[in-house]
Amino acid sequence: MSDAPNANDASETGSPNEPDDPHDAREEATVESDEFEPVHVFEESEEMDLRPGSDDCYKCSTCDSVCPVAEVDDEFPGPKFQGPEQWRLKRKGDRDVDESVMSCSNCMRCDSSCPSDVPLSQMHNTARGEFVEEQMEKLSREYVRNRILANYRFFAEVASRMPRLANFVMGNSLVQAVNERLLGITAERDFPEFADETFREWWEKRGGSAASKKRAREARAERGGAQARSEDKRVAYFHGCYSNYNTPEVGKAMVRLYEHFGYEVLVPPQKCSGTPMFANGMLADARRAAETNVRELAAAIESGADIVASCTSCSMSLRQEYPELFDFEGTAGVAARTYEALEYLRLHEDLDGSLEAADADLDGAAFAYHAPCHARNQGVDGQAVELLDRLDGADAEDVGPSCSGISGTYGWKAEKYDASMEIGAEMFDHMEESPAETGLTECPTCAMQMEHGTGYEVRHPLEVLAEALVDGEN
Amino acid sequence: MAIEDDVTVVGGGLAGMTAALAAAREGAAVRVVSHKDSTLRSASGLVDVLGYDSDDELLADPFEAIPDLPERHPYRTVGAAGVREGFALFDDVVGDRYRGDHTDLNALVPTHGGTVKPTARYPASVAPGLASDDRPVLLVGFETVPDFDAPLAADHLRAAGVPFPVRGVTVRFPGGFRADAARTRLADALDADERVAVGDDAGPYSESLPIRRALAETAKDHLRGEKRVGFPALLGRHETEEVRADLEAELDAAVFEVPTGPPSLPGMRLEGALRGACREAGVRFTTGNPVVDFEIDGEADDSDPDSLAAVRVERNGAAIPFHADQFVLATGGLVGKGVDSDRERVREPIFDCYVPHPDDRYDWSADGAFGDHAFARFGVETDDDLRPLDRRGDPEFGNLRAAGAVLGGYDFAAEKSGSGVSLATGLAAGRRAAEEATR
Ligand SMILES: Cc1cc2nc3c(=O)[nH]c(=O)nc-3n(C[C@H](O)[C@H](O)[C@H](O)COP(=O)(O)OP(=O)(O)OC[C@H]3O[C@@H](n4cnc5c(N)ncnc54)[C@H](O)[C@@H]3O)c2cc1C
Ligand code: SF4
Ligand code: SF4
Repeated sequence: MSDAPNANDASETGSPNEPDDPHDAREEATVESDEFEPVHVFEESEEMDLRPGSDDCYKCSTCDSVCPVAEVDDEFPGPKFQGPEQWRLKRKGDRDVDESVMSCSNCMRCDSSCPSDVPLSQMHNTARGEFVEEQMEKLSREYVRNRILANYRFFAEVASRMPRLANFVMGNSLVQAVNERLLGITAERDFPEFADETFREWWEKRGGSAASKKRAREARAERGGAQARSEDKRVAYFHGCYSNYNTPEVGKAMVRLYEHFGYEVLVPPQKCSGTPMFANGMLADARRAAETNVRELAAAIESGADIVASCTSCSMSLRQEYPELFDFEGTAGVAARTYEALEYLRLHEDLDGSLEAADADLDGAAFAYHAPCHARNQGVDGQAVELLDRLDGADAEDVGPSCSGISGTYGWKAEKYDASMEIGAEMFDHMEESPAETGLTECPTCAMQMEHGTGYEVRHPLEVLAEALVDGEN
Repeated sequence: MAIEDDVTVVGGGLAGMTAALAAAREGAAVRVVSHKDSTLRSASGLVDVLGYDSDDELLADPFEAIPDLPERHPYRTVGAAGVREGFALFDDVVGDRYRGDHTDLNALVPTHGGTVKPTARYPASVAPGLASDDRPVLLVGFETVPDFDAPLAADHLRAAGVPFPVRGVTVRFPGGFRADAARTRLADALDADERVAVGDDAGPYSESLPIRRALAETAKDHLRGEKRVGFPALLGRHETEEVRADLEAELDAAVFEVPTGPPSLPGMRLEGALRGACREAGVRFTTGNPVVDFEIDGEADDSDPDSLAAVRVERNGAAIPFHADQFVLATGGLVGKGVDSDRERVREPIFDCYVPHPDDRYDWSADGAFGDHAFARFGVETDDDLRPLDRRGDPEFGNLRAAGAVLGGYDFAAEKSGSGVSLATGLAAGRRAAEEATR
């Protein structure tokens, strides 16, 4: 599909003021954008055409063998049916999308298992979108509930204006019971607390990007020498909803860590990454959010920044789902220049060396690390363990390859709660077996599930690294 | 700066994991960079050295035949001693999960198609089914596992002249599993010995039994004094020996697994064992994205072959460099996508290593589906140090070695040598890379 409308070369969106250094990974070639094969979901091509993908499937069932939902839910026919078989059946006649696609949690594990590169999660996302659009009763409890869960950001924004009241209300067992009965949101879980001060409020108060620029310059001067040349080290932070409204400490850690290494941080305006919307088939909502994000992030790239995210589902969304589902101008460029926050630092700085040299006060700190499915898919799953290995006094143990089971909004649905906990059981067991008493993960909802299943406190790797490398408040 | 290891192995199949393990045990810091999960999930889980010679004669002792192989064969590069070392590493990793290490001779294992396959190592769960045993056999297939047609497999085995009576029956897998339930789902149920409803579904008082019991009862009805019972390989993902022991107690007969097509439980169990051994040895894994490109070490001079500085992984549009001192190419053959062909030529897609092949496309294959096809032997050619050679016969890179199905000069499907070549060359390449890197 070389005539794809988003075949804009990543170099077009490249920064004008990049240093001309072949070893600066910012100069790394990005892969030719004609390798993206966007599928037209909207606009001119009303008909979704996923036939080539269907034809590549040779029914080996490997994908079915890795699906965490199929493992515990005998009603769920599995990824092979949701993807290639469903699209093949649809081609034959006017068949509707099967309702079971709503049980797929969008963990995207099936994607990386397929030896034949069938774009499974893209097929699921598209099918879910079509199901919700054409078959779901818009006044049904399920639709309303899913819409609320998918648009968590909207409610979070309201709640963050009066966090104490919101926390009180959401923590109220009467409200929880009503939520369960009226909306089908499980009463088993405690709502995440809203922070008194959002990340963005903290950021503005601290002086925004002007202050960041100054701090970065000071850090560079202090580190001296070779660092001085990189006048333009600049990243745009995609904080996502959770680290803005619920865990601003993750965002603050990201900022401190990056400034410590001499990066100026920008915080562009942004909407939800769209992850919960994809998982609930709310493609129109996702599309609106994505449009803003692509526009703002492309502008940041234009000013010489790369994009970093601290939530692995957010980075997954920008990197893979956007180009698979949308074709706004700049989509491919944003995908090619988005990184997970630690991955990026690791590529550009001697993070290993800094950690080895750090005399951090983390003696005896032991972590039970869970790799989120979406980190696995990006190939960044083991890095937190690898990095903490370098740090004296700290130790992180990988608690194994199982899925945590919450998958964003999935585990919040009353009818999915039990399956969610059953999927997570293996991870809970491994956490209990590990000598560590603190959990570690990059995904905010995985963290919720880890806390919920084991009672452990869970931290983000960025927080631990910032604690080890950056001293004091600044 | 960047991610840096002593040895980077590209490809996480049998060859790649063996190379990584061998290198890590030599003390190197090793990373495996692999696009997909290993193709072991599709493979049978049987581990062959060499089943047939070039005249298609069945080999009793594969090691004896190694010196007579064509000079370009990878076994000639590493020698019979190298092959033995590869298998010694394998035996150490799998422990009592596998049998066959007491002899050099090939064992004969009945397959799901009803053929008898010569192999060097076989899962313990397969052992009671060997064709050299003369106890009568009952094969039990399931309606919902279509690639094992037990009555047909029994017919084929009889036609192959096995020295024992064999019958096959097809039954319903107990419990109300959906007709298209994944094989892994059935295996998990057996692992956990889930209780399932048995008897007439319509009856108001349906009885429930642990699934292992229920399965044994189902098979028992068909037993006519056979001393061995074979099921398709789905007897648990992890607790296979326990499942088998329970079934044997109920049936009063030996119980074995018949290896099936993908997804293959024996292949997954083997993958798990290798992964575990790699992790224990400190190997790091970065999976999910392909290596597409490489960087050259700027300091190379003209007299020596170029030296690789890094391989680049394509990650959703960005190219991420992984630096190392030494590299191993273990990306598989035409199936694993380590060798690629178009109408014009055959190529190794990452480094563009030279792949010898006839210029005329019409010479790539022979007449007839089972002819002596040149394409079956396509792959890179190496020096004695397993370094891929360019068109002129010089190493492509000073610090790149190749292992497994990406190598040319052998036809693993015809000669039944797939896993053996991966083990032997994986070990040799990994070990050499580690020696160079830690020197
Ligand atoms: C269906 C089937 C049945 C088999 N049955 C038997 C049997 O009965 N007995 C036996 O001995 N052998 C058997 N084999 C062969 C054996 O299991 C191995 O597949 C063989 O030894 C090849 O191993 P390998 O590691 O060289 O390659 P592969 O197993 O093909 O592994 C290649 C790896 O490299 C990765 N890769 C490829 N390109 C890239 C890239 N650009 N970047 C990063 N990673 C990449 C792939 O994702 C894959 O993980 C069978 C194989 C198959 C497929
Ligand atoms: S793993 Fe890929 S080829 Fe195999 S059944 Fe699933 S989609 Fe089809
Ligand atoms: S995305 Fe996850 S839950 Fe959905 S079908 Fe694939 S593996 Fe199963």
